[in-house]
Amino acid sequence: MQISGAEIVVRSLQEEGVEFVFGYPGGAVLEIYDAIFKQDAFKHVLVRHEQAAVHAADAYSRSSDKVGVALVTSGPGATNALTGIATAYLDSIPLVVISGQVGTPAIGLDAFQEVDMIGMSRPCVKHNFLVKDIAELASTIKKAFYIAKTGRPGPVVVDIPKDVQQTLAEFHWPDSVNIRSYTPVTRGHPGQIKKAVSLLAEAKRPFIYVGGGAVLGNAADEVRELVRSLGLPCTNTLMGLGAYPGTDPQFLGMLGMHGTYEANMAMQNCDVLIAIGARFDDRVISVPSKFTAVPKKIVHIDVDPSSIAKRVKVDIPIVGDVKLVLREMLDVLKATGAKPAAEPLAAWWRQIDAWRAPNSLRYATSNEIIKPQYVVETLFEVTGGNAIITSDVGQHQMWAAQYYKFDRPKQWLNSGGLGTMGVGLPYAMGAQLANPDAQVACITGEASIQMNIQELSTCHQYHIPVKLVNLNNRYLGMVRQWQEIFYGNRYSESYMDALPDFVKLAEAYGHVGFKVEKPSDVEPVLREAFGPKLKERLVFLDFLTDQSENVYPMVGNGKGLDEMDLPPHMRDAQAAESERDYGNLC
Amino acid sequence: MRHILSILLENEAGALSRVVGLFSARGYNIDSLTVSTTEDATLSRMTIVTHGSDDVIEQITKQLNKLIEVVKVIDLNESEHIERELMLIKVRATGKDREEMKRMADIFRGRIIDVTEKTYTLELTGTSDKLNAFIEAVDRTVILETVRTGASGIGRGERILKI
Ligand SMILES: Cc1cc2nc3c(=O)[nH]c(=O)nc-3n(C[C@H](O)[C@H](O)[C@H](O)COP(=O)(O)OP(=O)(O)OC[C@H]3O[C@@H](n4cnc5c(N)ncnc54)[C@H](O)[C@@H]3O)c2cc1C
Ligand SMILES: Cc1ncc(C[n+]2csc(CCOP(=O)(O)OP(=O)(O)O)c2C)c(N)n1
Ligand SMILES: [Mg+2]
Repeated sequence: MQISGAEIVVRSLQEEGVEFVFGYPGGAVLEIYDAIFKQDAFKHVLVRHEQAAVHAADAYSRSSDKVGVALVTSGPGATNALTGIATAYLDSIPLVVISGQVGTPAIGLDAFQEVDMIGMSRPCVKHNFLVKDIAELASTIKKAFYIAKTGRPGPVVVDIPKDVQQTLAEFHWPDSVNIRSYTPVTRGHPGQIKKAVSLLAEAKRPFIYVGGGAVLGNAADEVRELVRSLGLPCTNTLMGLGAYPGTDPQFLGMLGMHGTYEANMAMQNCDVLIAIGARFDDRVISVPSKFTAVPKKIVHIDVDPSSIAKRVKVDIPIVGDVKLVLREMLDVLKATGAKPAAEPLAAWWRQIDAWRAPNSLRYATSNEIIKPQYVVETLFEVTGGNAIITSDVGQHQMWAAQYYKFDRPKQWLNSGGLGTMGVGLPYAMGAQLANPDAQVACITGEASIQMNIQELSTCHQYHIPVKLVNLNNRYLGMVRQWQEIFYGNRYSESYMDALPDFVKLAEAYGHVGFKVEKPSDVEPVLREAFGPKLKERLVFLDFLTDQSENVYPMVGNGKGLDEMDLPPHMRDAQAAESERDYGNLC
Repeated sequence: MRHILSILLENEAGALSRVVGLFSARGYNIDSLTVSTTEDATLSRMTIVTHGSDDVIEQITKQLNKLIEVVKVIDLNESEHIERELMLIKVRATGKDREEMKRMADIFRGRIIDVTEKTYTLELTGTSDKLNAFIEAVDRTVILETVRTGASGIGRGERILKI
């Protein structure tokens, strides 16, 4: 039986087991919306802005093992989607975005709502397709899902002209995908794996550096086994949080620009570094030459060869899927009994514990004014460390990363690579839909939340009971912090004036809102918001926080990992420490 | 250092712009680029001449391989190879220049492929260096126009780029 291209799209999504499509209709996708009207295999979630559709689909991927799907119309629908696509691209998130396009005869004629979606999205997708031939529609959609989720994951755009949606054809769903030019490596090279194991066994100051690849590759079990069985210290990047349990004593905290003192010092001073699905980002190692100033041997496991030796030279590159490579490493370790010598490792731990002792995340508490860190810590307590946390971008994002201890992967959703303000609320929506039984909280700032605030309406329509934790400092806090440190306190355009009354705003959208101004109210209000009475409601918690608080520690521009700006209580100690020579440790 | 990369890619709309877009987005250099279909109509073969440090060339090769439509990439510099470029050059051929141009064409094994009372159009093939040498060798003022294809390259002997 012949069906329309639009029906082929819907059937293909069904074949892929799609549960939700996040989208927004318009002229160039009306055919597809008509086909959606006539089916009930998947649910369509009508967002209020296409950017949010893509973010929600992205979060659906980040918080599950599935591929999120967004559907947008041509022209402005497509351009609105781009920020979402770029956000997913920089964090390697699998996603399929279907965009409508003007009819093939109209392409190139500056038709109504025509933009070159393929050209515009090309630099921020893993791949994209313009489907001109109905015969290729189903197989292209299958390929899109396959490309999105295999190898290094990423977003794939399928642009479908309106006439293709209208054309009738038989539906053939291919059994398998075979793309001769695309064959991602999964198994690591056994020789390299053996070399990595012997290098690790010779290490005196080993360190395990785990990134988003371990989350994407579902390798948390393997990471834990490696770290625990050998008694090694471990850090996670912002994207890797949860890949190794945040409450575990072998975890030194996040590293990088706002990493802990101990994680950054260990990163700088280790002699053997095992990088697992992490890409030596500039927010992590800062200046490469400073990072390599202390000589170290590096093993780098990554599924994408171009991530390896991009910013730093490595000694043992292993191209492959983290889970498979680590499994094989563990097998070799077990078979050979290889492990780092006990005494140097113990001395290394003594050094690490000395770095850890002053607690670089300590902050001045207050009974008068709400400290943002305190809100996050209390949120952790109140949710039993179990909630899925999303964040926006800014200081609150860093405090969320530092003070909520993530014990599982896919529990922490944020925009690391693109740093997109406005992801928090749509991320919470996507995460809640993927995990209906989980508690989902969005830690946000009064500026970021306003970038996609319209989604409060979507949450109302679909009864998405997420909790918003607004750390309201009346500032573009992260910008203000940089202006304080690098621009002589000239707070150019970083004050957030004329803020709405968020409680009333939440109520206007049909939700519950609380304004919290006293530290003593933080815990009771959080308990109420996360308690059984408000379980089914979206709650907007507006915490008026200390306006002058900064995120510490901080690796300033151009500084090395051992040149952190530390919180006040550690500054004197730092001066003394810097006298010591870590190169001759152990 | 100058490198000459040979790329086999799917002969599909948009594949070329992906390669070119990659170079501009990541700030890599393209000194020349040639592309056409191969004996297998589903495949195109591209030759890109670029320059950069070893690290940059390594990244270029890896990034090219990452493009879904790229089937294979080789750096011809890694072993013996042959490279050829075609140049069409129109020169003024009057008075004593007419004889001189004929002589230069012979020396460089070029051919005169179009003749008017005042001009010759020559066809020259060779390495890019040889074509440069020709331009250097003739009097600049007689050159009316040049058009060059950019280098195409192929490995010597048994070294074959095929799927
Ligand atoms: C305001 C702000 C501050 C920030 N501060 C920090 C900071 O202090 N510390 C910090 O760490 N980050 C920070 N970031 C984030 C930073 O910009 C990067 O996004 C992040 O560090 C990258 O994390 P990653 O190295 O784990 O790589 P990801 O971007 O998560 O990349 C994953 C890597 O793993 C590979 N991979 C994917 N799947 C697999 C698989 N199955 N097998 C093997 N490999 C795989 C990929 O090819 C890629 O190389 C900050 C961001 C913002 C917005
Ligand atoms: C879309 C977008 N625009 C601008 C920026 C630059 N930026 C980074 S953090 C920040 C301030 C965020 O303010 P807020 O959401 O209130 O968070 P705070 O830092 O105060 O916690 C800005 C403007 C960005 N990351 N994303
Ligand atoms: Mg703020």
